Amino acid sequence: MHKFANPARFNRLADRLLPWVTGLFLIVFTLGLYSALFIAPEDYQQSATARIMFIHVPSAWMSMFCYMVVAGASFTALVWKHPLAYLGAKSAAPIGAMFTAAALATGALWGKPTWGTFWMWDGRMTSVLVLFFLYLGYMAIWSSMEDQEKAGKASSILALVGIINIPIIKFSVDWWNSLHQGASVIKMGGPSMPGAMLQALLLMFAAFKLYFVLVFLWRMKTEINYKKIAVFRQARLSE
Amino acid sequence: MTHKAPHTPNPQSTAPTLLGIFWTLLKRDCRLAWSQGGTGTMGVSFFLIACSLFPFGLGVDPSVLSQSAIAVIWVMALLAGLLSLDRLYQADFEDGSLDQLMVSPLGGLGITLAKSLAHWISSIVPLILIAPLLAVMFYLPPSAYGALMISLLIGTPAISLIGSIGAALTIAVKRGGVLLSLIVLPLYVPTLIFGVAVIKNAAAHMTYVNELTLLGAITLVALVVAPVASSAALKLAQE
Repeated sequence: MHKFANPARFNRLADRLLPWVTGLFLIVFTLGLYSALFIAPEDYQQSATARIMFIHVPSAWMSMFCYMVVAGASFTALVWKHPLAYLGAKSAAPIGAMFTAAALATGALWGKPTWGTFWMWDGRMTSVLVLFFLYLGYMAIWSSMEDQEKAGKASSILALVGIINIPIIKFSVDWWNSLHQGASVIKMGGPSMPGAMLQALLLMFAAFKLYFVLVFLWRMKTEINYKKIAVFRQARLSE
Repeated sequence: MTHKAPHTPNPQSTAPTLLGIFWTLLKRDCRLAWSQGGTGTMGVSFFLIACSLFPFGLGVDPSVLSQSAIAVIWVMALLAGLLSLDRLYQADFEDGSLDQLMVSPLGGLGITLAKSLAHWISSIVPLILIAPLLAVMFYLPPSAYGALMISLLIGTPAISLIGSIGAALTIAVKRGGVLLSLIVLPLYVPTLIFGVAVIKNAAAHMTYVNELTLLGAITLVALVVAPVASSAALKLAQE
């Protein structure tokens, strides 16, 4: 892992990976969209409305996944002092916040025709909303501290406290109120949906993952370049 | 038999003990909060005024007020607690006494515990004492009075403990109060949920042991997590 602690080496690796990831993302995303919109069968109750699922469900999964990345990177940064891990956590957070916002927005759009309302104070939604707030707090620390070294450590501590709180928030909110359907993909006895639907869902999920990798690499490169600029500036000033 | 020289002072008796420092810090912080310029009286006044604003917004219908009483009291207690949190460590950080405390036997963990406890005693306990008055003004059913007090007593220490993490993280941020609330408020959700659930059940003449146990569990988790996270953040601020 420390092989990639060298920013220049990381940049080279990212440059080599980016075209492949971009190409793969475009292919998988096109395939996924096509099978989601044309191949997957209509829902017997919701007809075409249920197709929002192919954006909504992967976004919701990614919102959790990104937080795991942020927390994992923060842990790596605090424990092993990995120099790029802070930047990794910083880069993953806005992507996660965006996926969370997408999950909330598509959920609202899906809720209107099926539940008759944009928003319900239901357990799932509310806990995703709280997750969104956690992302905002995390990003606010980065933007409010000038010393990026300190901002990195402070935000890492918050990310780790947040990860303990996510299950607590989730369970408390779930017991508080629930309307959202239960798990239907990962459960005992296999998924409760037709194969074509599941296939489209998994393709979209893969596409979202690739999109994450793509944007993540971009953001990391940008962060590293920012850092370089800061170092150059300081060198210029001290001359 | 050896005889001690009469004039050598016994180092054990002059060196401050761990509990001694803890106790001194606790007393000092409580006294500062309630002396001139402290936040103690202001917090209580804020609590009273902010709660009294609700009847202007909700209307004076007793049935509406009695339904919202629990939420108003709990949410306003959270916010009133937040008011004094942003200065929890900041004043000591600015005048350098935090550095002295950090090298004392107390350490980061002890400082966090003493300061959180002092915050709870000086800023939150007065709110709990005044809560029955608001309960009367909001027509809370008499059957819920006991539960109101118990749920506040067991739940509110989490406000001070979780808040101490936010206070320690934002210690070096100028005007960190907004950032502090952004970080801390999402983490208060579970406490609020179960704190309110206890009183709701009591008002409906139902048992509330389960909710109360969970409320206590959250406080205990905060008791374990907060000192670790806060002292890590305090060490970071000293670098």
